[in-house]
Amino acid sequence: MKSITRQKPLEEIAEQLQGFGRLFIVGCGTCATMTRTGGKEEVSAMKERLQGMGKMVTGSTVIPTACDTMTEVALAENAGAIQSADCFLVMSCAMGVQKLASCNGKPAIPALDTLFIGVEDSPGYFREVCDQCGHCVLGYTAGICPVTACHKGLLNGPCGGTNNGRCEIDKNRDCAWTLIYERLNKMGRLDLMRRYQPPRNSQIVPRPRVTRVA
Amino acid sequence: MKSSFREALKSGRFVVTSEVGPPKGTNLEGMRHHIDLLKDKVDAINVTDHQSSVMRFPSLGGCLDIRERGGEPILQMTCRDRNQMALQADLLFAYARGIRNVLCLTGDAVPIGDHKQAKGVFEFDSVQLIRAIRQMESGKDMGGNELDGAVEFCVGAIVTPEAKPLEPQLIKFEKKVEAGAEFIQTQAIYDLENFARFMKHARQLPVKILAGIVLLVSAKMAKYMNENVPGISVPQNLIDELAHAPKGGALLKGVEIAGRMVKTIKEEGLSDGVHIMAIGKENVVPDILAAAGLAA
Repeated sequence: MKSITRQKPLEEIAEQLQGFGRLFIVGCGTCATMTRTGGKEEVSAMKERLQGMGKMVTGSTVIPTACDTMTEVALAENAGAIQSADCFLVMSCAMGVQKLASCNGKPAIPALDTLFIGVEDSPGYFREVCDQCGHCVLGYTAGICPVTACHKGLLNGPCGGTNNGRCEIDKNRDCAWTLIYERLNKMGRLDLMRRYQPPRNSQIVPRPRVTRVA
Repeated sequence: MKSSFREALKSGRFVVTSEVGPPKGTNLEGMRHHIDLLKDKVDAINVTDHQSSVMRFPSLGGCLDIRERGGEPILQMTCRDRNQMALQADLLFAYARGIRNVLCLTGDAVPIGDHKQAKGVFEFDSVQLIRAIRQMESGKDMGGNELDGAVEFCVGAIVTPEAKPLEPQLIKFEKKVEAGAEFIQTQAIYDLENFARFMKHARQLPVKILAGIVLLVSAKMAKYMNENVPGISVPQNLIDELAHAPKGGALLKGVEIAGRMVKTIKEEGLSDGVHIMAIGKENVVPDILAAAGLAA
């Protein structure tokens, strides 16, 4: 699993940083390093840009996994630089931002937008594979997720916008239901596509979603 | 009050529907003019629901106008803009105000329209919406609660006979009929041999089929649709016919082609009727009917 992120426009980062002169930058050594949005290089480039904007960067670090419990240990190693900063600028997904925001009372400002949970199909190309909807239908759809791979998240087959195996919103995107049809057909399992799928239950785990592992 | 459109479908005679598009704004004059032009010439009039994801005056409002003017409306209802509570509420309102026909659509994708930043809902798809209506008719809402006064609708859906590949589309078509669709208005068809092949399959299902006729107004429009509209395929001979029309005569030629197709479909008994879409040129629909020999 990877949390896929994209850097916010610099203007938006500057807007959020209004009133903060001294910053401590936090990157993440896991997903944001793989997507090249919050690894060592990106943190160092951000540092230069912020200095160019007249900000004082008191220090920076790339935490191995910003969202886990070791974050506080990693921060303790930089206690002095953090102490003298007005806020964190966080170059990780929103999970890391929330972790940092709960650490020591200093504001945590996101430098990235968190886009989706995805996999890397080819170097640098990330694709969403799971919406974490709580109602997995992959057993009926030949392992292709219509909730994420179909633009409309349809459960009962293709819409009228299916276009020679492509999606009406983008000729470069596959129609998920054409892929599902082809794979089920090959398996001799088209009866699964003929089955009625009821609407998804949005209340399987009410938001905000929580669960306790026994 | 029953659906007079359902009676027409049951009668076994050749059924004709058409449609109007509501305005972007509150000036309803043009739409009302089209309604008055069509209401006594067709069996029912669809009102589009933010067609192509372009925000407009609502289908529900257009349907009320048709009722007030003595016509038979078909409420187009997409799943793009409303969750299940809003869909059900609109159906209760529609029924209470005398609307008896609903065409269930999934809805176009948001990014192809004029509010690209909007959230597409798609909590239901067309098959699920058909089932929801049938459940509401039994007196229960989608939460399983009793309704104080149920609904009763003649329910329709759409199919794209020229979709490529066709097989997945046919599976969904069968699911729509199983869910309770009584009639189908097809996406535009132009190749009647292809359509006859599609009908051979469709005839096995207990549903009335109205062939979709989209008026061609120029060779350019036909080529544009071939390149940009999924599931539409205008054969070259029709494009040539439009291109060779005398200057300023392409629309007339389009009316002639549409009329000829309707006539052939009726005479050869290819389908149970037609659904004529003139997309902004509703004023020539009576001419198409006359060219088809269907003028009242």
